[in-house]
Amino acid sequence: MLLLIEQLLNGLQSGLMLFLMAAGLTLVFGVMGLINLAHGSLYMIGAFACAGVAAATGSFWLGLAASIAAAAAAGAIVEVAVIRRLYRRDHLDQVLATFALILIFSEGTRWLYGSFPLYLNVPPSLSGSVTLPGGIQYSLFRLAIIGAGLLVAVGLFLLIGKTRIGVQVRAGEADREMIAALGVDIGRLYTLVFALGAALAGMAGALVGTIQSVQVGMGEPVLILAFVVIVIGGIGSIKGALVGALLVGLTDTMGRVLLPSIFDLFMETSAATSVGAALASMAIYILMALVLIVKPGGLFGARA
Amino acid sequence: MSAAEITAAPTGRGGRMARAQIVNAALALGLIGFGLGAWATGETFLVTLATKVAILAIAGAGLNLVLGFGGLVSFGHAAYFGLGGYTAGILAHHALNYTPMFEWPVLFEGTTSMPVIWLVAMAVGALAAAVIGALSLRTTGVYFIMITLAFGQMIFYFAISWPAYGGEDGLPIYVRNGFPGLNTLDPIQFFVLVVALLLAVLGLIAMLARSRFGLALQAARQNRQRLMAVGIRPGGVLLVAFVISGAITALAGALYADLNRFVSPSMLSWHLSGELLVFLILGGTGRLFAPLAGAGLYIALEHLLGGVSDHWQFFFGLLLLGVVLFARGGVIGFLAGGRKHG
Repeated sequence: MLLLIEQLLNGLQSGLMLFLMAAGLTLVFGVMGLINLAHGSLYMIGAFACAGVAAATGSFWLGLAASIAAAAAAGAIVEVAVIRRLYRRDHLDQVLATFALILIFSEGTRWLYGSFPLYLNVPPSLSGSVTLPGGIQYSLFRLAIIGAGLLVAVGLFLLIGKTRIGVQVRAGEADREMIAALGVDIGRLYTLVFALGAALAGMAGALVGTIQSVQVGMGEPVLILAFVVIVIGGIGSIKGALVGALLVGLTDTMGRVLLPSIFDLFMETSAATSVGAALASMAIYILMALVLIVKPGGLFGARA
Repeated sequence: MSAAEITAAPTGRGGRMARAQIVNAALALGLIGFGLGAWATGETFLVTLATKVAILAIAGAGLNLVLGFGGLVSFGHAAYFGLGGYTAGILAHHALNYTPMFEWPVLFEGTTSMPVIWLVAMAVGALAAAVIGALSLRTTGVYFIMITLAFGQMIFYFAISWPAYGGEDGLPIYVRNGFPGLNTLDPIQFFVLVVALLLAVLGLIAMLARSRFGLALQAARQNRQRLMAVGIRPGGVLLVAFVISGAITALAGALYADLNRFVSPSMLSWHLSGELLVFLILGGTGRLFAPLAGAGLYIALEHLLGGVSDHWQFFFGLLLLGVVLFARGGVIGFLAGGRKHG
């Protein structure tokens, strides 16, 4: 039971980090109609910036700030230099151009930092574990990530729902010619949205990189999970991204814990472990297929 | 825009179409000539490299059927490639280790015969494409891209976490599978076999494209509503194309496994799906020979740039970005002129 609650928290934590990734992707798709494979590279850039600055200054917090700044800057530069030319192109061109960006970013990072993973230290103020009600020992840092993820989610909803920028973003999703006619600088708005998504990805990269490790290619599995999330949630919907991310995070984490022990009930242990693990690795995709059968446009999607 | 060159040839946009055919013939003869030349000068490695180009071109041709003609951007074709590879690997594994693959309803001990392996691989690829296609074709556009990618990853992670056939480490094939009357371990004989298959596949696709089915498929890309208005359901046409495409790409996977005598989850990775797309855009989307031109260029660059710098992918990324942004016709578009659908 204690293990179960701990895993629920882990699922919540990974779901919220996925949300940070998926929110940027879904915003960029919703507003600009662009499919961006290089979003995982921005996640990686955030993690490397955090590792680099934290190693140089000794402060995790400066590293975290650097990760957000570096990813946002990289996002803005890429938007102005490359992405801007792709809005009017078909999806195939977008896929290939952003695939090319992945090659450039991954190989460039490998060039600078080498292939060996870097490790980040959890800041002293957040190291160790806390005892939760019910006597569960849980890592303080993971708990802080959950808190940070929730804060960002609330902040993002307020930003999109309540501010002037949010109004422009939503108007941009609905009708871009119209808001351009109303005097909104649409080019600047696009760069801003792209940099915002990039900053969220960079932050997620730094936080997850601290728990796991920082290495080239770390963004790719997360990118594909984020795709699954927005397909489940409905492309363009922030609410869908949140619900989808939590569903995927919890399904993935709980599947890995529960499926082997469920199969253990009626199979021998070694077979149960391998069947359970294999099925657990497919669980989120099966979830996605099920959602697609019921709602091809995703849970909160407007169009299919 | 015009239909693909093979369908438009008889309608007489004369010179331009003829030029495309000359380019196609030059590509095919170039590959054969390169392989034979390398063999004649004793450069076995280059024969293997040419074989690799031909196999990747078959895989790309499978993708080209749905992408170039049907307009479906499948970002998960590595799934069929890898499934074909694992079919070859698993059948050979059982045959070489004398462990029965299954004993019921009949005893089956695997096989090392290429024709049997190809058929099984194509059936497996077709079946997987039928299931994935039926689900994915419920959606269009960017959803379709992401979903095919996600299903590809699903099979990738399954291969990694399923320990029976090597899991993450992959599965070796100790002796290359055999073809009646040929010594497949001889690089040039295997090369000739693969090139024959490549030409057969390209011929089949050319024939398909000219058939009623192929015309319907191209109409599904251009305008689904109009296709429905003439009484053809686009979903059915696209699904059939997707299944054939999966079978062709699985055939290439089986050949690739035999080329390397090794199968690993990397054959299923999404990088490979991306590379297959890259072959088509480098070669020229919508062209029959695009996969051959693209795969040839890619392997040549990998070989040449890879010799100069370990970080060749960095430069390749820049090149690819340049091609996508500024040179959309690809190699064949550059050589033969004219533009395919955009």
